[in-house]
Amino acid sequence: MSTDRKPADNKAWFFVIPVIISVAFTAIIPLIIVINYSVQDIFGPDDRIFVGSEWFRDVIGDPIIRDSFWRSIRFSVQVLLVQIPLGIVLGLAMPKRGWRASAALVLMALPLLIPFNVVGMIWQIFARADIGLGGYFVNDVLGISYNYTLVPRDAWFTVLLMDTWHWAPLVALLVYAGLRSIPDAYYRAAEIDGAKRFAIFRFIELPKLAGVLTIAVLLRFMDSFMIYTEPFVLTGGGPGNTTNFLSISLTKIAVGQFDLGRAAAYSLIFFLFIQLFCFIFYTAMKRL
Amino acid sequence: MAEIRLAGIGHRYGDSDWALRGIDLTWEDGGAYALLGPSGCGKSTMLNVISGLVDPTEGAIYADGIDITARSTVERNIAQVFQFPVLYDTMTVAQNMRFPLRNRGVDKATAQRRVEEIAELLDISHLLDERAKGLSADSKQLVSLSRALVRTDVAAILFDEPLTVIDPQKKWSLRQALKRVHNELNHTLVYVTHDQTEALTFADAVVVMDQGEVMQEGSPDELFERPAHTFVGNFIGSPGMNFLSCSVAGGVVGLGGVDLMRLPGSISPELEPGDVVGIRPDFVRCAPPGSGRGSSIVADVDVDESKDLGTAHLVTLRIGDEALVARIPAGEHVPRERCDLLLELGNIHFFRGGHRVEGCTPVAPTAGAIR
Repeated sequence: MSTDRKPADNKAWFFVIPVIISVAFTAIIPLIIVINYSVQDIFGPDDRIFVGSEWFRDVIGDPIIRDSFWRSIRFSVQVLLVQIPLGIVLGLAMPKRGWRASAALVLMALPLLIPFNVVGMIWQIFARADIGLGGYFVNDVLGISYNYTLVPRDAWFTVLLMDTWHWAPLVALLVYAGLRSIPDAYYRAAEIDGAKRFAIFRFIELPKLAGVLTIAVLLRFMDSFMIYTEPFVLTGGGPGNTTNFLSISLTKIAVGQFDLGRAAAYSLIFFLFIQLFCFIFYTAMKRL
Repeated sequence: MAEIRLAGIGHRYGDSDWALRGIDLTWEDGGAYALLGPSGCGKSTMLNVISGLVDPTEGAIYADGIDITARSTVERNIAQVFQFPVLYDTMTVAQNMRFPLRNRGVDKATAQRRVEEIAELLDISHLLDERAKGLSADSKQLVSLSRALVRTDVAAILFDEPLTVIDPQKKWSLRQALKRVHNELNHTLVYVTHDQTEALTFADAVVVMDQGEVMQEGSPDELFERPAHTFVGNFIGSPGMNFLSCSVAGGVVGLGGVDLMRLPGSISPELEPGDVVGIRPDFVRCAPPGSGRGSSIVADVDVDESKDLGTAHLVTLRIGDEALVARIPAGEHVPRERCDLLLELGNIHFFRGGHRVEGCTPVAPTAGAIR
C-alpha cells in the first residue's frame, strides 16, 4: 500500500442520507410496490399468488390496450405535427418590444395557467352543440354538423383542438425566448449577405432554436402521450372508445375494475415506453 | 471598391442624446482606416450608418460621389465583420462562403472558383469541408471575414472590433491575415477598435472619436506627436500625455516660472480657464541635479514613484501639486530622489479649450526651477 493515500473518511455519506430517504419514499418504494403488484395476483392481505410475467403478457396481448396505445401514438404525432409548427409561427409573429410584447406574453401565458380539468370543463361547455357558444356557431352559423358527444371524428378533433389551445402557447413561448437570445449581429450579417426571409429562418433561426425545440418536442410528446384529464372531462373516453387514451384505459382497469396486478404491469410498460422514447429522442437530437 | 464620403452625418436614437454629431470624413479607395475611441463614443453607430443598418438622422453618405444614403444594406455592397464570429452553424465552411454569392445569383462554377481563391488567401483551404460550428474562434472569425471577401462587388469592409473574442496569441496572426488581404485585394477597410495598438498597427490613417465627434484624423505618428485635442493626447499612448496647468501672460506660455513658447498673434494672449500644456511621457527626460543640457528646460523636481517595465522605467515626478510621468528607456538615467527635468521644447504643446494651438514658437530656453 502506498503511503501517500488520501485520508478516507466515509462520514461524508451521511450528507447523502436525506436525499436517499426522500427519493426512496417519493419514487423507489412506490415503484417497488408497483413492481410487486405486477408479478402477483392479490386477492386480499393474506391471499396472493405469484404469477410471474403473466400480467405483462396479458397487457401486451390485450386488444383494447393495444388500440389505446396506437390511439395515443396517433394523438401525440398529430399534436407534434400541429403544435410545433404553430408554436414556431406564433413565436416568430409575437411582437418584439414595447407594450405589445408584454401584452402578447400575458395573453399567450393565460391558457397555461388554467388547471387541466378546468380546460376540460371550458371546452365541454363551449363545444356543446346545444348550449355551447362554439358548438352553436359551428352548427347554426357555419352550417357544419358537429357534435363531439356523438360523432367520433368530432370528439377527436375537439380533444386535439383543446390540447392545442392549451399547450401551443408553451411552444410559442419557448420559441419566443429562443429567438430573443439570437444576437442582433446574425440578422445584420444575413442582411449584408443578402439572405431572404426564409433563408434567415432556415439558416439562422432554426439552428439556434434547435435546443428549445428539443425541449418543446419532449414536453409536448410526454404530456400528450399521458393525456388524461381533458378527454376524461370532455367525454370520459368516448364516444365509444374514440378518445380512450392510454391513461384513461389504465384508470378504468385500476380504479374501475380494481384489477391491480394488471394495472401495475400496464403502468410499468407505459412508464418504460415514455422513458425509452425520451431517451432515444434526446440522444438523436444531441447528435444532430 | 470605392471612396466613401460622409457629409454632416448626425444620428440620435429616438430622443436620446446625439450618438454622432455632424461628422465629415472621407475614406479613400483602397485605404486602411481605423476608427478608434472609448466604448460608447459612437464608433459602432458610425459603422452601422455606413453599412446601412442604421439610417442617419441627418447628413448623407457618398460612395464614389453617388449618394447612397437611401439605399438598403444589400444595395450598398458594404460588408461587415462583427465583434464575435457570425456563422451559419449548420453549413460547412465552403457553404458559408458561398452563401452571399448564392443569394446574389452568382453561378456555381464562378462561386466555387472564388471560394477556393479566398480560402487560399486566408489559409483556410483545409477547413472548407468542415462544419462551421466546430471551428476555433479565430478560424470562425476568418470564415466571417471570408464571406465579405468572396464578393467582388464589395465597396468597403467594416470591422467592428473583430479581435475581441480572439486569444491574445492568435490576434497577431489574424492581424497579419488582414494585412495580407488588404495588400492583395486593396479593399477599403474600416477597422473599429478601442485598442490603440490594434488601430495603430493596422491602419494608414486613424480616426479618433469621442462622444460622437471626430477628435482627429491622421497617421499614427501625427496622433502621437501632434494630438489635436487633449482627449487624443490622453487616449493615444500608454501612459497618455501629461497635462500641466500653465501660466499665460503677454502671449507667452510658462510653466512654473519658466517661459516655454510664444502664442501666435491670432489668439488671446492672456490666461483662460482650462489652458494647459501637454507633453508625452516619452519626451520627458531626467538628469542628475545640476547637469542640465543645452536646449532643454531644466528644473528640479521630486521623484514620487518609479516602476520598472523592463524596456523602460515609468517615473512619476511631482511638480507642486501636479504629477508628471516620464517614460525613460532602459540605459538612461533613472532618477531616485530629486532630479533636473529636461523637456524638449518642440514636443511641448499648448492646449486651449481642449484643442491644441497650432503655430506656437518656442522661447529660447532658460534654466529655472519649476516648483
